Amino acid sequence: MPAVRGDGMRGLAVFISDIRNCKSKEAEIKRINKELANIRSKFKGDKTLDGYQKKKYVCKLLFIFLLGHDIDFGHMEAVNLLSSNKYSEKQIGYLFISVLVNTNSELIKLIIQSIKNDLASRNPIHVSLALQCIANIGSRDMAEAFGNDIPKLLVSGDTMDVVKQSAALCLLRLFRTSQDIIPGGEWTSRIIHLLNDQHMGVVTAATSLIDALVKKNPEEYKGCVSLAVSRLSRIVTASYTDLQDYTYYFVPAPWLSVKLLRLLQNYTPPAEDPGVRGRLNECLETILNKAQEPPKSKKVQHSNAKNAVLFEAISLIIHNDSEANLLVRACNQLGQFLSNRETNLRYLALESMCHLATSEFSHEAVKKHQEVVILSMKMEKDVSVRQQAVDLLYAMCDKSNAEEIVQEMLNYLETADYSIREEMVLKVAILAEKYATDYTWYVDVILNLIRIAGDYVSEEVWYRVIQIVINRDEVQGYAAKTVFEALQAPACHENMVKVGGYILGEFGNLIAGDQRSSPSVQFQLLHSKYHLCSPMTRALLLSTYIKFINLFPEIKAQIQEVFKQDSNLRSADAELQQRASEYLQLSVIASSDVLATVLEEMPAFPERESSILAVLKKKKPGRVPENDIKENKSPTPAATNHTNDVNASNASQADLLGLSTPPTAQPHNSSNTGVLLDVLGDIYTKPSNNVSSKTSPIVDPKKFVCKNNGVLYESNILQIGVKSEFRQNLARLSLFYGNKTSTSLVNFVPVVLWSEEQSAQLSVQMKEVEPTLEAGAQIQQMVNAECIEDYSDAPSILVSFWYNGVPQKVIVRLPLTLNKFFEPTEMNGESFFARWKNLGNTNQQRSQKIFKASQPMDLQAARTKMIGFGMQLLDGIDPNPDNFVCAGIIHMRTQQVGCLLRLEPNKNAQMYRLTVRSSKESVSVEICELLADQF
Amino acid sequence: MMQFMLLFSRQGKLRLQKWYVAHPDKLKKKITRELITTILARKPKMCSFLEWRDLKIVYKRYASLYFCCAIEQDDNELLTLEVIHRYVELLDKYFGSVCELDIIFNFEKAYFILDELMLGGEIQETSKKNVLKAIAAQDLLQEEETPQGFFDDHGLG
Repeated sequence: MPAVRGDGMRGLAVFISDIRNCKSKEAEIKRINKELANIRSKFKGDKTLDGYQKKKYVCKLLFIFLLGHDIDFGHMEAVNLLSSNKYSEKQIGYLFISVLVNTNSELIKLIIQSIKNDLASRNPIHVSLALQCIANIGSRDMAEAFGNDIPKLLVSGDTMDVVKQSAALCLLRLFRTSQDIIPGGEWTSRIIHLLNDQHMGVVTAATSLIDALVKKNPEEYKGCVSLAVSRLSRIVTASYTDLQDYTYYFVPAPWLSVKLLRLLQNYTPPAEDPGVRGRLNECLETILNKAQEPPKSKKVQHSNAKNAVLFEAISLIIHNDSEANLLVRACNQLGQFLSNRETNLRYLALESMCHLATSEFSHEAVKKHQEVVILSMKMEKDVSVRQQAVDLLYAMCDKSNAEEIVQEMLNYLETADYSIREEMVLKVAILAEKYATDYTWYVDVILNLIRIAGDYVSEEVWYRVIQIVINRDEVQGYAAKTVFEALQAPACHENMVKVGGYILGEFGNLIAGDQRSSPSVQFQLLHSKYHLCSPMTRALLLSTYIKFINLFPEIKAQIQEVFKQDSNLRSADAELQQRASEYLQLSVIASSDVLATVLEEMPAFPERESSILAVLKKKKPGRVPENDIKENKSPTPAATNHTNDVNASNASQADLLGLSTPPTAQPHNSSNTGVLLDVLGDIYTKPSNNVSSKTSPIVDPKKFVCKNNGVLYESNILQIGVKSEFRQNLARLSLFYGNKTSTSLVNFVPVVLWSEEQSAQLSVQMKEVEPTLEAGAQIQQMVNAECIEDYSDAPSILVSFWYNGVPQKVIVRLPLTLNKFFEPTEMNGESFFARWKNLGNTNQQRSQKIFKASQPMDLQAARTKMIGFGMQLLDGIDPNPDNFVCAGIIHMRTQQVGCLLRLEPNKNAQMYRLTVRSSKESVSVEICELLADQF
Repeated sequence: MMQFMLLFSRQGKLRLQKWYVAHPDKLKKKITRELITTILARKPKMCSFLEWRDLKIVYKRYASLYFCCAIEQDDNELLTLEVIHRYVELLDKYFGSVCELDIIFNFEKAYFILDELMLGGEIQETSKKNVLKAIAAQDLLQEEETPQGFFDDHGLG
């Protein structure tokens, strides 16, 4: 038994030894029960116990509790100890309360008076004890009882430093429970000025408090920015001897540095004042420079503390996302870490680079490290590091390296850990779709995915490949051929049978000319898998067979035999039985014309957003790597597929399998994130340089001028998605609010910001929503609007809610700009020019803008935007093929306004000229304004 | 902010637990069991950081004891490792080359030292000197008290 320090409770030490000597769990329980009985009788006994005995027994109870046993008595004795005049007894009383008492216990009311007494004590050790207890419990009762005293302690000139430190953190704890505890007004500046305190410990504690206060009210605490930068500047330029005991292994004040860097990340930009910003950048440069200096010690503590500051500085640089030079330097620094000996550094460098990859300034710099990252994915011993490497490859992927990265990920997938396979499959599927320039490549990738990791290929993934094949004529023959070959493998995954069944049923005719894949061979190949498959897949195959009857009448008899088999016609599975009998009947009685009509090729799926990304996000709430920068447009779908018809898209999605009981993972209905998280769709119409930082909300209202669906807003807490439909002068928007956190958002109220005057032009009505948005849940809100006459700008919504007791506000502009009410109008050149001339007669009717391109001039991207804008794009009318000419009618309740438009890009000058002519001047001006912003 | 800190032995016995967020006891036990199993299964050269639910786990082994902290997404992993190290240094200084037994028999002291280093899940005092000064002041107060319990414990009371 080791020596016991202090006053030593020998009885306790003996008891602990006894427990340790117990040979079995049973013996231990027996010994504990004996002790509990003993303590109970002592507490109940007539003899009054002295303070020492109470302390000893309370301490034993605490020990028993910490062993994992429940304690249901002794609380009152502990409370009595609080008022003891012996410090050691008081301290044990407080410890018991802190460890055992729950925040809502009745006991709290009893101890408040004792705490009050200690808080008022002249002995700072007693005051600290009281503060620690308040912070440990941190309940609402505590906040109410001490909300006045603690702020006073914090800023009073008489308070000792050590008490100030505890007071700052105690206040922070209570603030987290109860937001209204912090007095405003003059207190704000007094709290901020703690950043100037002489005592480093006080500054460190105060910085934590200020960070939380800033998060609640950034405006009010703005003054902290310049003070924080000054303080940081003093630290990073200090020599390690300057700060004495606050230097940690030759690193000056690492904790305070990290907290200050963190505090500054609450502001975008971190500093508005150019002078302050200059000083901050100097600090960041100094930190980057120091990283290059030889280490002052070989100890890991030195390198950890130094790099902790460095990583936090890099976080701030990424958050800032404006200093290209710093971003590239940060990237180079992280690149060095990728081959560091320390696993921890490699892990953090990969993680941090993920964020750098999403900045347009450093994306290219990150790509330079591709080879090392691929090696990390393959070679790292630790799966969590491999996982980071996969995330980074995903984030750094763009058009230029997609094929290589996807191939490497596929190779790795064969041996990848089971724990990360599903996620990798989703990532490969997303990248392949996003960056496919050649859809045969896309088909190959997905079929490979199924072959390599079929079990991890979710429904969303194989639904998606079918949608894409159906919508793209050029790839259908290839898909049929490839899937036919894949099915010849002796053992192939059921998902392959599903894809194969669907694709051959639609496009088997394209390869039927070849004897090796004649109709009968195709049928036999599929049917050889039939008995190994689940009922759902069998049902799908039965549909394929009836399609075969239509495509290949020569094998009709063969197929009818299959329908007639008892295992189908009399299947125990109602769905199979029904299909078999109905298809059989259809094949018998329907003429070939009728059959051909019924079983016509599936119509193209409306271009919809991929739901795979939503699945990925759902799997990892709070931490989804991004792949979302610059010009990452996938090949544009044919314009004819472009449609706003959301309902049709839903319907055809559900029909894909043709099953009466839709599979559980239906993207639209069952996943509670659904379309909301579905940001992949952005790639179709997104302006080309949308750079988003991971922490700050994405709000780019401009992008929604040319698109109707997608994510309107996203932060760590909330995501707002929209789907919109327009009919003549009417609009219907579905807003989806998704709570990304693990706590409920309460008092959740969205309101429309749109004046009465404006409502006379565009009336907007919003349905009410439930005031509570549960953790992880999504709610939908309908908004109806009617265009009465033309208007400018667009209504916004203000969403206010409480998150963790902090009120939050989000303002988002709705995609309800005037151009949404366009009806595209087809016309020939002659009538176009006639009208153009006619409308150009007076200056009042036309509006023109000449402006510099704010993004690289990509005509294909411009075309997509023009189509999204809502007017009819008229090809072959303008003699210059680069020019865009459009026509459309804006529907309003009172009138309809015809509108013509011409956009002339000048590549040499990097300029555009935009001319809009309409029968109403205000319309011309607004349309011109809206569109000019897009290029 | 740090959400909790756990100390456990190589055999998976919990030696100290400090929670900075309120959870029901049942949940605490579940979390503890889950993390102890996860961490003990990891090999020595592996990374000290784990993603776990929406938190980050930072752990380090000192002799027979594992120190494990749960921090939030915004918190700094490397510096959390150094919070652990500073705590170990403080225990070491106080007990004089600390071992697991010191923490078992003087668990209350281990709590008192931690309360000086961290408060409400945030670092309170990073100076080793200042923390030890505070603990020494507490001990001094204790020594001024008469050790009246001595007789009781020897059956003489």
